[in-house]
Amino acid sequence: MTTAVLPLVEHFAQGLDAPICLTWELTYACNLACAHCLSSSGRRDPRELSTAEAKGVIDELERMQVFYVNIGGGEPTVRPDFWELVDYATAHKVGVKFSTNGIKIDKVAAARLAASDYVDVQISLDGATAEVNDYVRGKGSFDTAVRAMENLAEAGFTGFKISVVCTRQNIGQLDAFKAIADRYQAQLRLTRLRPSGRGADVWDELHPTAVQQRELYDWLVLNGENVLTGDSFFHLAAFGESLPGLNLCGAGRVVCLIDPVGDVYACPFAIHESFLAGNVRSPGGFATVWRESELFAELRQPQSGGACACC
Amino acid sequence: MTVATPPPVRTDAGFDAALPYTLHPAVEVRPEPFGALLYSFKTRRLSFLKDPLLVTLVRSLDQHPSAAEACRAAGIIEPERLTMFVRALATLASTETIVQRQ
Amino acid sequence: MPEIATDEQVATVTSPETTPEAPLEITDLLVEDVSIDGMCGVY
Repeated sequence: MTTAVLPLVEHFAQGLDAPICLTWELTYACNLACAHCLSSSGRRDPRELSTAEAKGVIDELERMQVFYVNIGGGEPTVRPDFWELVDYATAHKVGVKFSTNGIKIDKVAAARLAASDYVDVQISLDGATAEVNDYVRGKGSFDTAVRAMENLAEAGFTGFKISVVCTRQNIGQLDAFKAIADRYQAQLRLTRLRPSGRGADVWDELHPTAVQQRELYDWLVLNGENVLTGDSFFHLAAFGESLPGLNLCGAGRVVCLIDPVGDVYACPFAIHESFLAGNVRSPGGFATVWRESELFAELRQPQSGGACACC
Repeated sequence: MTVATPPPVRTDAGFDAALPYTLHPAVEVRPEPFGALLYSFKTRRLSFLKDPLLVTLVRSLDQHPSAAEACRAAGIIEPERLTMFVRALATLASTETIVQRQ
Repeated sequence: MPEIATDEQVATVTSPETTPEAPLEITDLLVEDVSIDGMCGVY
């Protein structure tokens, strides 16, 4: 008879030998300049990882058996080597889920995405109407997103994700967002605005009010069965029962961030020296950072609330 | 319109230990000290096998003419233990982690 | 005792014949369904 087994969350708390997946900001270049951008993107950094260096990271992820990478940025598709890296990753058994504003999701791109189970896509949308969306994301960005979604749906790619950052301006559009997702057979994801990057500058104007937080919670309880939440909505648990989910901070234990210049952080929302674990360019690469960084060792201590508790 | 369907009935009706099985080709198995993590590129589900012996069993399925035979070969003979492992296989069959092979 | 994860995740994207999966009941001692979907930075 086997000895008592622990639920997986206990193993997660102690940290795994390799991340399950990780977030990889591929570039700071972007065709947009969203008011709340957490990575303050818009311009490529000259020190960004080269194609060869990026492939080196992918090789490491393959060896570590990281299941997939969550590729974002900036706008990852504006990197000239984006599709090359996607193909390299999937050929090396690392899945790719990428987040995009849709700028490069033309019919050809949509068709290749529909053909692969190893690549998933998430379209960013912050308003159910152009007026609300473009206010934070810029003129024309709503149309760009819709065009991408039309192309994906036409190519037979159902189940792509639509990711919405909840703001004071769009909380009233939750039903409309759901309708958009249903129209394209996509999955709606609602995420939390963070006072991070440019989000810190616009926080006062954009953050949902307390009344709206309650509205969001109530809406999720009623409609949230097929709605994903991202970026840890456990703060809404104060309103009543916790919403479904692991409710564990995975930073440095189960997931982490690689940024465009190869810096490794515990969390995409805590880009600060105190949460910098190392750099993939240093000897031993990413694997060594994951396994040996002091920061990660601290986060993996028993009873650590994780990065979310000490951020 | 996304179709909302009732949850599948969780019976063991879909699993027959007398048949040959195999790990679904879209499933990646990552051994861990505590068992294994599994990710399916088809269903996008992540799951956790809590016993290293179950991991061995699952990976050996394709080498045996039946799931029952695979259990025997893995040393799972005692009835209570066999029930537990067969139930685990049935669970994995219900999520397409393992599938019947020809 | 920490909460066991309940799975809010829905399944396959490219196969029209598959449907949203129910979470596994926590009655199986050896197999556990997991979702990290709400974690920060997971797309």
